[in-house]
Amino acid sequence: MKKEFQIISELIENNTRVLDVGCGDGTLMKFLIDKKNVDTRGLEISKNNVQSCISKGLSVIEGNAEKDLHQFSNLSFDYVVLSQTLQAFYNPEKVINDLLRVANKAIVTIPNFGHWKVRTHLLLKGTMPVTKILPNEWYNTPNLHMCSIKDFFNFCAEKKIELYKSIALNVEKTSEINNSNIDIKNLNSELGIFLIKKIK
Amino acid sequence: MNIKENIKKIIVKKPLQLDCGKTINDYPLAYETYGKLNEKKDNAILAFHALTGDQFVSGINPVTNKPGWWSYLVGPSKAIDTNKFFVICANVIGGCMGSFGPSSIDNKTKKTYGTNFPVLTINDMVNAQYNLLEFFNIEKLYSVLGGSMGGMQVLQFVANFPNKTKTAIPIACTASHSAQNIAFNELGRQSIMADSNWKEGNYSKLNLSPDKGLAVARMAAHITYLSKKGLQEKFGRKLQEKDDLNFSFDADFQIESYLRYQGSIFVDRFDANSYLYITRAMDYFDLIKQFKGNLSKAFEKTKTKFFIISFTSDWLYPTSENKEIVIALNSSGADVGFIEITSDKGHDSFLLDVPEFLKTVNNFLEANY
Repeated sequence: MKKEFQIISELIENNTRVLDVGCGDGTLMKFLIDKKNVDTRGLEISKNNVQSCISKGLSVIEGNAEKDLHQFSNLSFDYVVLSQTLQAFYNPEKVINDLLRVANKAIVTIPNFGHWKVRTHLLLKGTMPVTKILPNEWYNTPNLHMCSIKDFFNFCAEKKIELYKSIALNVEKTSEINNSNIDIKNLNSELGIFLIKKIK
Repeated sequence: MNIKENIKKIIVKKPLQLDCGKTINDYPLAYETYGKLNEKKDNAILAFHALTGDQFVSGINPVTNKPGWWSYLVGPSKAIDTNKFFVICANVIGGCMGSFGPSSIDNKTKKTYGTNFPVLTINDMVNAQYNLLEFFNIEKLYSVLGGSMGGMQVLQFVANFPNKTKTAIPIACTASHSAQNIAFNELGRQSIMADSNWKEGNYSKLNLSPDKGLAVARMAAHITYLSKKGLQEKFGRKLQEKDDLNFSFDADFQIESYLRYQGSIFVDRFDANSYLYITRAMDYFDLIKQFKGNLSKAFEKTKTKFFIISFTSDWLYPTSENKEIVIALNSSGADVGFIEITSDKGHDSFLLDVPEFLKTVNNFLEANY
């Protein structure tokens, strides 16, 4: 299983209710059920992935986070997970608000546009960055709103969202992100993993 | 008619109070089964049929000599594998395949009930079929499933008996019959009642049959089961065994001929009064109203695992109405999955060879058993 999913599962307490938005083939959901005795639901846009989830016995709803989160009632989950898809939405701010409406806490992961490889690609080549984590060309990328770890940090501060936990992932190495190391983490991390909560 | 005498049935002794206020007892409930009930009695699946269906889900229907209505889905090594599962299906009360219905004989008058038969609801149908669990001594079903009116029965079943099935698959249905659907049903009923042979429902006593009215009802309904794209692709403007228009009202177009054929074969197997009663039951179906405007209350107590299926080209019970059920289940905290199957075959998709649909049902039932 991906290192990212291991980190996510470590952020989730046992015996809780989790909604996995964009649950893919259900790998994370299955892991959470087996290891954490979690009650999970998935929301997934690809019919093939929905079928994979069904054959694993997982409860998955075909749908899109921007259109279909409304069907979940307020605080009906303990956690909601959104892995590497925030940047693909028309309105990421609205999706974040919806996540924090549906669940008490949200775990959001973002491919970091501030990573040095991305920066040097644009600086030296002068073309839109294509990396392992961002494999598409500008004309066929599903990503509409790329952001960096620092952007997400600033976003949370501005929108009164509490960053419960911020973890940087570079290859297989994880480290905590805080106010004093944000610039360096923003430079050397491929992925940011955030546990967020609305400030009441 | 002799064949119908051999249909399996139970006589339900327990009185059933109908929603209309009347009580029925000692009434026949016709059923059929496929596969074997295992020793643990945990492999039973109750299938509910749609408006014009019957208990003959799979194999050859002994009355019509045609394949059962869910032959694509149910049978040995099929999506619902009867080598593994025990599938039960009953003819709904109000129907005409051996269960208590308007063509049954009223012992008091020694004549058929006709329109003296009580008006039924989906709730009544489900409560009558619940007696089969006792008959087979099944504590808990593995699954209940059905499409269209069968799906409505699935929803009603779980609402009435929250702990009597492990899983439930409502397909191409709704929690509350829409104005459009009531309108189509009314068109069918008016067509039957406009047939001079209907005689206020007393046709069988007079050895008559409102075949024309029933055939038109079926033709109109049949259109609603298909999609515009499906019709266009299958028939387009193709002419029926002729090179040019006839300048008459014969069936010039293939689609006309097809609908006339569908109407004509339907009247051989279906009773006009049953059509009135069953469509009425569908129109009265409003699970939202039953739970005082809050559908999620219907599923509050259930641990049943749901999977809801809709079809892209179904405009009779569209995805949006199926999603209403998903939303209600979600807000009651119930366990629910959902998929919209891509198909051009309209509402009828659930009865046809739609591989993605068959695979979905198979995956769900196999993974949760």
